[in-house]
Amino acid sequence: MLRESFSSWYKSGSPFVWLNAGAVSISLVMVVGLLLLIGVRGLGHFWPNAIMESEYRVPGQTERLIVGEIVEVEEVSSVRLAEAGMPVVDKEVMQRDLIKIGNRDVSGGDFVWVLDDYLADRRFPQQLMAVERREWGNFYGRLKAVYEEDRLVASGEKAWPVMLNRIERALDIHKEIYDIEKHQIGSINSEIERLRLRERGLQLRGETDPRQYALIAESRKELELTYSTLETQLGNLYVRLNRDRMIGVASDGTEVTMTLGNIVRAYRPNAMSLMDKVGFYGAKIWEFVSDDPREANTEGGIFPAIFGTVMMVILMSIIVTPFGVIAAVYLREYAKQGPVTRAIRIAVNNLAGVPSIVYGVFGLGFFVYFMGSGIDQMFFPEALPAPTLGTPGLLWASITLALLTLPVVIVATEEGLSRIPSSVREGSLALGATKAETLWRVVLPMSSPAMMTGLILAVARAAGEVAPLMLVGVVKLAPSLPLDGNYPYLHLDQKFMHLGFHIFDVGFQSPNVEAARPLVYATALLLVVVIAVLNLSAVYIRNHLREKYKALEV
Amino acid sequence: MVPGMSKVLETSSALEKSAPIIDFNSDALRRHRRFRSVKDRLARWGVAVGGISVIAAILLIFLYLLYEVLPLFKGADIERVATYPVLQVEAGGDTLYMAIEEQSELALRVDSKGNLIFFNAKNGQVKQQLSLPVPTGAVITSLAEADPGTREIVVGFSSGEVIVFKHSYRITYPDDIRQITPHIEYPYGDEPIMLGVSGSPIEQISVRDGDDALVLAGSSQAGIHVTVFNKAIDFLSEEVTLQEEQLQLPGLPGEVKRLLVDPEQRWLFATLSGNRLAVLDLRDRDQPIINSVLAVTSGGAEITDIDFLLGGISLLVGDSDGNIGQWFLLRDDSNNYSLQNVRNFKLGFDAITAIVPEHRRKGFVAADSSGHVGLYHATAHRSLLTESMSSGEIDLMAISPRANALLFANGEGELEFWSMLNEHPEISWSVLWDKVWYENYSEPDYIWQSSASTNDFEPKMSLMPLAFGTLKAAFYAMLLATPLAICGAIYTAYFMAPAMRRKVKPAIELMEALPTVILGFLAGLWLAPLVEDTLPGIFALLILVPFCIVLFGFLWAQLPDKLRLFIPDGWHAALLIPVVLLSGAFALGMSEQMELWFFNGNMRSWLSSELGVSYDQRNALVVGLAMGFAVIPTIFSITEDAIFSVPKHLSYGSLALGATPWQTLTRVVLLTASPGIFSAVMIGMGRAVGETMIVLMATGNTPIMDANIFEGMRTLAANIAVEMPETEVGSSHYRVLFLAAMVLFLFTFVVNTFAEVVRHRLRKKYSSL
Repeated sequence: MLRESFSSWYKSGSPFVWLNAGAVSISLVMVVGLLLLIGVRGLGHFWPNAIMESEYRVPGQTERLIVGEIVEVEEVSSVRLAEAGMPVVDKEVMQRDLIKIGNRDVSGGDFVWVLDDYLADRRFPQQLMAVERREWGNFYGRLKAVYEEDRLVASGEKAWPVMLNRIERALDIHKEIYDIEKHQIGSINSEIERLRLRERGLQLRGETDPRQYALIAESRKELELTYSTLETQLGNLYVRLNRDRMIGVASDGTEVTMTLGNIVRAYRPNAMSLMDKVGFYGAKIWEFVSDDPREANTEGGIFPAIFGTVMMVILMSIIVTPFGVIAAVYLREYAKQGPVTRAIRIAVNNLAGVPSIVYGVFGLGFFVYFMGSGIDQMFFPEALPAPTLGTPGLLWASITLALLTLPVVIVATEEGLSRIPSSVREGSLALGATKAETLWRVVLPMSSPAMMTGLILAVARAAGEVAPLMLVGVVKLAPSLPLDGNYPYLHLDQKFMHLGFHIFDVGFQSPNVEAARPLVYATALLLVVVIAVLNLSAVYIRNHLREKYKALEV
Repeated sequence: MVPGMSKVLETSSALEKSAPIIDFNSDALRRHRRFRSVKDRLARWGVAVGGISVIAAILLIFLYLLYEVLPLFKGADIERVATYPVLQVEAGGDTLYMAIEEQSELALRVDSKGNLIFFNAKNGQVKQQLSLPVPTGAVITSLAEADPGTREIVVGFSSGEVIVFKHSYRITYPDDIRQITPHIEYPYGDEPIMLGVSGSPIEQISVRDGDDALVLAGSSQAGIHVTVFNKAIDFLSEEVTLQEEQLQLPGLPGEVKRLLVDPEQRWLFATLSGNRLAVLDLRDRDQPIINSVLAVTSGGAEITDIDFLLGGISLLVGDSDGNIGQWFLLRDDSNNYSLQNVRNFKLGFDAITAIVPEHRRKGFVAADSSGHVGLYHATAHRSLLTESMSSGEIDLMAISPRANALLFANGEGELEFWSMLNEHPEISWSVLWDKVWYENYSEPDYIWQSSASTNDFEPKMSLMPLAFGTLKAAFYAMLLATPLAICGAIYTAYFMAPAMRRKVKPAIELMEALPTVILGFLAGLWLAPLVEDTLPGIFALLILVPFCIVLFGFLWAQLPDKLRLFIPDGWHAALLIPVVLLSGAFALGMSEQMELWFFNGNMRSWLSSELGVSYDQRNALVVGLAMGFAVIPTIFSITEDAIFSVPKHLSYGSLALGATPWQTLTRVVLLTASPGIFSAVMIGMGRAVGETMIVLMATGNTPIMDANIFEGMRTLAANIAVEMPETEVGSSHYRVLFLAAMVLFLFTFVVNTFAEVVRHRLRKKYSSL
């Protein structure tokens, strides 16, 4: 017997209340599930997976040895498999594993799908090593021998520590090479380019004094001299870098010769203890946030993207804060309150709802092509026809996003200003302070947390925005950072990398999506964490602020 | 008097006595005061200027978009540059043909004696004179141009011979000054070729030069002669040798006035006396056949001029009543071709005497016997300009390759050179929003196809498929988001315990802050394959989860009070989380089984074979789920605000009168808050319409018009993101993309303003309650 009949339960409206409650639960499950998904996938990527060795025996096909990490597991119905021409076992659903087998230079592909049921004789031998290379992705297999030039140094089990040592040495040399190529030669190139521009500028001005040109020619000669010394130095370093080789044996018995200079890291996950793994994990995460990307962004780190995002956001904040605050102060403190201010307020509010791509289009048309080309004509005629500011770049991206986030700052600041009790203002005025003094000494300091909230929300929005940036300045791979040691140090005209665009680009335009996917999850996780922290701090400041003014009003 | 008050007064008077007298009017203080007031005024002005300029900057967005879009809808401008008499040369004849070179600096005049006179287009001064190898005693009796832009011309002589030549220009920059030197080439030798019968003048001629063959068609007293010269290219020397092949044409019912060969060298069009046009199919070189002979003008008007539009697919037929008809061959299902009238233009009431197609666009210029000139664009069906330019008949006209200059002979034997400004003839309101009948299409249609590899491709810029895609994506997103967000908001605002509400609200707001690029990436790379694999599971989820929730609620009501009251009111949502998780997991887990039971193991192939519904991996369902997720928080927080701020005494009153909470909610609270909910939905829709990254990543971005949930779409925003970086600044395509941005801007702005006004009213109402 039911305690409450269905009809009376229905009449009370309870089912609908439950459904409404269900909507909240579903939303919560979706948010949390999404964050978990990103978190698990993003963080899991850096953990050293065990390398499995197994015989893959598909009935009717030749047996082969598979060596690699299991990356993904999924269920497939046997019917579908049979349709695809695979022999199936007598089960309705079969498990399919995605195995990262690496060795792109040997087998042609990084990944392979196998049916779990046909993987026989799985084992995890300690000698299996994974080698991260600068080209051709990972190598999985066994180490056979290490050579110095043509002399055998070590082979068999003894070769492993020898190789690790020598990789260490090669990494040091590589660091030196990187420093010379990136910094020293980079700065020489930028100097030479500046000289060229100066010379062109002289020509454009009709300067005839030969001494000026001689001076330029002289400095150029000097630079070229330094350049050639650096080049010989580089040549020597490269010879030293490529001194050692090692021979690895892939799963199918192919011997692969790898130069140690080409190796980023070699490890044997099956032989690692938990502590080793934790250490490895930390090193990988550090590499991820501090290194340059490798292999068309599918390996290595995302440091330039982090740096670009931060630079862009800082510039944007510098631009948006004063303008947003001034506009809010004007609307709230100075403008006559009436239908016009109300209309303006509604318009400003609505701008927050205008699609971001529209700002991108505006930025491209107005800032880049209209203003940028104008500035080029006026201030950088010597670089023409190559555009300086008349092309998408950091400056325009920052200004576009500043415009995009302006409503956020205005609305938040206005809210802060409106929360300040008028008694405070009146008190200040009654004491003889002018309006400006009241504003500067009383109102603005009191509303600074609100401005802070607005700025944080603006930064959070800007950090995640991608669509307008695609038009006004991001690139998939920037050759150099927008801030470096070469004059003028901050390169506002340069294109830059961005976390959000990195996700889009690597996830959708990469030639090797499968290999890049974990990295995209990790990037997404980083972005989500940054934005979540920013937002939660904004929420915290807002609540804190409310408490404060509640106290004031009493 | 209050005790103690007197004491205060006493002390103050004591202070007064002892305090030094402050002179508030000392110079220093006065200066200080002045300084302060100046500062105050400066601040006022500074803030006002700053504030107004920020607001002006915002206005600027709209004005700038408009500024970029407006040129699209402007007509053409034309202006006379010079008029000069035709400079007669020695042994000259009547002018047969005129052309302008690329830079509009030089013009060419060919006369009947075989003189090629290159002259300065701006003042008529002869720059150079060349002559064709005219057979002795012969004059030119006919002349035709292959395709505008190829500069290849064939002339027919009175001796029955023809010759093909090409006028070319070499540009050099001696001393940084541009100098253009004209010359002639003979691609097939400078010896005239015998086309017809010796001694019988070629009255009409037509040429078509292709990669494999050169086709010459001419008419003389002896009939129509069509000769195909097949090109054989020597491997080593790359020398071209021609193999002549004469075609035997069937007899035509009438006198041939004009001949035209199409670029595929398959069709020969011959206008016959009166108003008929004969279409001959030359595909079978051994046995050409007549496809049709039909009247191409109405009301018995005569054909007065005919020419191809750029690309050689459409014919422009001008008649004696001032009409110009566009015709092209249409292929039906059984592969039969028929000539079809596509659209018509009208210049005036006098006979059309000249039709000159543009070299790079599907536009043309027409002139009539009373000196009217009209500028048209065929596909856009746009008449850009009609002007009376001459008092007499204009029958010779040339347009420059860049379509920025016009040269014609007016009725008084003079040449007139006009400059034209006609930037965007191909865009019109009807091109953007109506069905357009494009060449090679069997019927008018909405098509977005902005670029292609070939040169004579015509961009098709109908915004309809994009607008449709935008609304489709928004619709499916709203389908998911609206119920979830509104129901969730109702519960959160009205039923939920305050302690839980404080945790739920930030979580949902965090959802709003999630970058859409992450949602798009997950939708494209994680959700799309998941949906494809567990399609039945997804649909089961939609039914099973609500069912399980209600079932759980009912079972909960059956529990003994002791257990039931253990969970306080307003925490139901927390109880439901495991229910949602379990039922969801069950639905997805059963997906394989359901596919086996109901869909022969593969729902995708079942859909296409049984229902004829095609399935894209990245489809509207995926977009709906992902974008729904992005829109939920927007709708949620505004709805929640609206419901939460309904004055409490209203609901208390209702509850006191005996209504159940649910009745109070539906009959009092929701009714009061409904404008707020409405504005929440509007704002959510604004967001869904303008969202870029999710659609860009979660659909295939194919601009199709199909409401099928399993197919993709391309939205206005995604289209801008895809095409904007590649378009040429200032081109029509660029401006159309700006127009798309403006449409988005206006749509969201209007929707949001409307929603904002509604909300504002609501707030006022609450404050009065």
